[in-house]
Amino acid sequence: MYTRPFSAIMIFCGLALAACAEPAHPYVSPTSIFAPVSTPAQSIFDLSVFVLQVTAAIFIVVFSLLTYAVVKFRKKATTDGREPAQVYGSTQLELAWTVIPVLIVVVLFLAAARVIASIQNAPRPSSAIQVTVIGHQFWWEFRYPSLKVVSANELHIPVSDPAHPTPTFLTLLSADTDHSFWVPRLAGKTDLIPNHPNSMWVDPHETGLYLGQCAQYCGTQHALMLLRVYVDSREDFDRWIQQQSQPARITSTVSPGQRLFETTACVNCHTIAGTAAKGTYGPDLTHLMSRQTIGSGAAKNNIGNLIAWIYKPDRFKPGCKMPSMGLTVQQSAVVAAYLVTLR
Amino acid sequence: MSTESIAWPTSGTATRRPFVEQLHEWVSTVDHKRLGVLYILYALAFLLVGGVEATILRIQLIRPLNHFVSPQVFNRMFTMHGTTMIFFVAMPVLFGFANYLVPLMIGARDMAFPRLNAFSFWMTAFGGLLLYYSFIGGDGLYGAGNAPDVGWFAYAPLTSKTFSRGHSTDFWTLSLLVSGFGSIGTAINIITTVVCMRCKGMTLGKMPLLVWLNLVMAVLVVLAVSPLTAAQIMLLVDRYLGGHFFDTQAGGSAVMWMHFFWVFGHPEVYVLVIPAFGFASEIIPVFSRKAIFGYPVMVAATVCIAFIGMSVWAHHMFTVGMSSNANTFFVLSTMAIAVPTGIKIFNWLATMWGGQIHFKTPMLFCTAFLFQFLIAGLTGIMLGSAPFDWQLGNSYFVIAHFHYVIVGGILFTLFGAFYYWFPKISGRMYNERLGKLHFWLFTIGFHLTFDFMHIPGILGMPRRIYTYEPGRGWDIWNLIVTIGVFFQAAGVLVFLGNLLWSYFRGVLAGSDPWDAWTLEWSTTSPPPVYNFAKIPEVASRRPLWDLKHPEDPDWHYE
Repeated sequence: MYTRPFSAIMIFCGLALAACAEPAHPYVSPTSIFAPVSTPAQSIFDLSVFVLQVTAAIFIVVFSLLTYAVVKFRKKATTDGREPAQVYGSTQLELAWTVIPVLIVVVLFLAAARVIASIQNAPRPSSAIQVTVIGHQFWWEFRYPSLKVVSANELHIPVSDPAHPTPTFLTLLSADTDHSFWVPRLAGKTDLIPNHPNSMWVDPHETGLYLGQCAQYCGTQHALMLLRVYVDSREDFDRWIQQQSQPARITSTVSPGQRLFETTACVNCHTIAGTAAKGTYGPDLTHLMSRQTIGSGAAKNNIGNLIAWIYKPDRFKPGCKMPSMGLTVQQSAVVAAYLVTLR
Repeated sequence: MSTESIAWPTSGTATRRPFVEQLHEWVSTVDHKRLGVLYILYALAFLLVGGVEATILRIQLIRPLNHFVSPQVFNRMFTMHGTTMIFFVAMPVLFGFANYLVPLMIGARDMAFPRLNAFSFWMTAFGGLLLYYSFIGGDGLYGAGNAPDVGWFAYAPLTSKTFSRGHSTDFWTLSLLVSGFGSIGTAINIITTVVCMRCKGMTLGKMPLLVWLNLVMAVLVVLAVSPLTAAQIMLLVDRYLGGHFFDTQAGGSAVMWMHFFWVFGHPEVYVLVIPAFGFASEIIPVFSRKAIFGYPVMVAATVCIAFIGMSVWAHHMFTVGMSSNANTFFVLSTMAIAVPTGIKIFNWLATMWGGQIHFKTPMLFCTAFLFQFLIAGLTGIMLGSAPFDWQLGNSYFVIAHFHYVIVGGILFTLFGAFYYWFPKISGRMYNERLGKLHFWLFTIGFHLTFDFMHIPGILGMPRRIYTYEPGRGWDIWNLIVTIGVFFQAAGVLVFLGNLLWSYFRGVLAGSDPWDAWTLEWSTTSPPPVYNFAKIPEVASRRPLWDLKHPEDPDWHYE
């Protein structure tokens, strides 16, 4: 499946570009648009192969003509100083290089129109999973309204068997500025714009982790607004939902970390379900330790990074919206010790 | 018409006047040639500034997780780089050439409105200074920065008071507002000049192509810059008078700003590229020793590009969630532009076909332009195919594409134009050896940078990120891209050195060093203040060809 584009791409941009679609290493990049695993990405890929072939053909023809003219009609040392024959135009030629491009444009247009309709106007099956994605400066909020789950930065969706499709439909909203949801191997990007709800869908055919990131400049930390999409088997997904819909485990005694968390401004921004923390400005922390990363992919989620993050968020993400709370390193460690119990 | 009676100062004359007196003459001038030179020098200065900003961006991205500059500085740099290059380099330099060349090529003694001309130049100049004053007077997104950091298309609501405190966005808005008035003034001036001031015999069908193309460009400026100016005023109303046009927190529309911006932004591409086509349409025939092929078709194709170009803006917005019908329409209109653009490339090719091509520096640049513009057009077709754009949009592929247009297309023909008209403007020849060195350095740098920049885009690298993690397959390409920048910078320094050296030391050029055919070569180099002692009369598109070949004049065939 990577051989057809291979030739076209190679001609177009040379050896370098071909590396992206190299069949032996389909994962040269975890974010290559030429390694689709979901229907929208696949239809775009098929269209792009066609477009690349057509443009490569045009390129070869015009490039050859130009090169021929440049080589063949150089001024020769032997010219006698006379001007070449003056030609002012040719109606036949003008017609030829108008009509042929018009035909090519019509073909390319129809090919694009078909894919636009197939992606944008796809019906939503009743088995579809519904997720609301809310873009924040500089993190992602994921809500599963019918499943009563709220999570952040790491999206879990079920794999979709083509025989029994369970696609995921995303409603895209923004809490502040413009953002864009882009996971290249799953689908093209769609913007998250305040006051302008958008939607898109994916139906990944393979389980795994798919990376992406915000693709619309949204402020200082646009670069570290990373996206991780976990495509789980149906059983794993159901287990994940089951686990995420639980409130935080309540212990009979309030730990010092929890007390510190609840008596500083942490609770103004973060929610930990089942406790006094009910803020909505920052990510929901109820199941923080079920996530691999913190700071929207800025760092690995472990106790050391958590302490450093709480102590000085700017260290991982200069310009991020989480302020330093003025805690000492020891106090940060106490809070982190509480956070690592949130599984 | 200019009322100045002071002769053009030529270097080496015995009667050199005091510097202050000369400076006063330049500052108070209303002569179209001097204003043209001012525009060009002003743009060259900003080219250096914008180039330094680009270099800072590229050094930061040379390897993953680099710490050359902070995200705040990076964001300011790409905002200032884009704004500077479009509004204070590309437009002024093209206006400069239009100012200088249009009256000379149509056999006029000045622009239609010399005082408006001076006013427009100074508006543009002060607009640029205002933008750069933000480094001292502005505050960024967090009240801690200085220069604008909202991106050159400044999407709402990032520009609202909520997200952009302080005054950095105001500097951006006001400087574009001010220079926008300058642009509209110059555009009206060019239109009036072309329509009203042509010499006897020069019907519309006998104008040099460069004049035609500048006329079309000027019409586009009036149509495109006006909505931008309106949008800037609306943004100011939002920020200071409690308006809610783009204030999404109060029900305003972020998408409306996008429409306003791109209904300016896309025609702007043609505002820049059409005069570049004009340079190519003058240089290629002269160095191929043949008349331009298909003159009427070239004019029609240009008008067609301008017309269709007004209806393609939303292809910058394929990812904002337009309906499938809207997306489909903008795919069609965008791809339709490929047809007249292709016609132009084929006509230049046919002009070279059967000629005797002299590869002097101007022709080298125009030849490279043809190859590069071909590639830019083809990547444009890919981006115009909306679903493909859903992947490629806002990635480094787009950056590569539009730099291919603006650098590979526009800047290359501009360099060609600099070398081609330098003898006319300065009276001296440039150094051919340095010119060729500039060409090869810049071409190598251009291809290292912008060919390889397509690849990280395909591999999922979005634009405007100040850092990235290793392991995405982006590292090597970013390294190559940054290396290319230094070749380009070296090329530009050779170019500036060549201009300076040749201005003082070059051999005298004479009035017609290229054995060319349009009217500017019939007067002295540099031309006198009044341009022509006697207003010329023409019978064809190539009046000097008719003079040189009385046995076989063009008007037999046109």
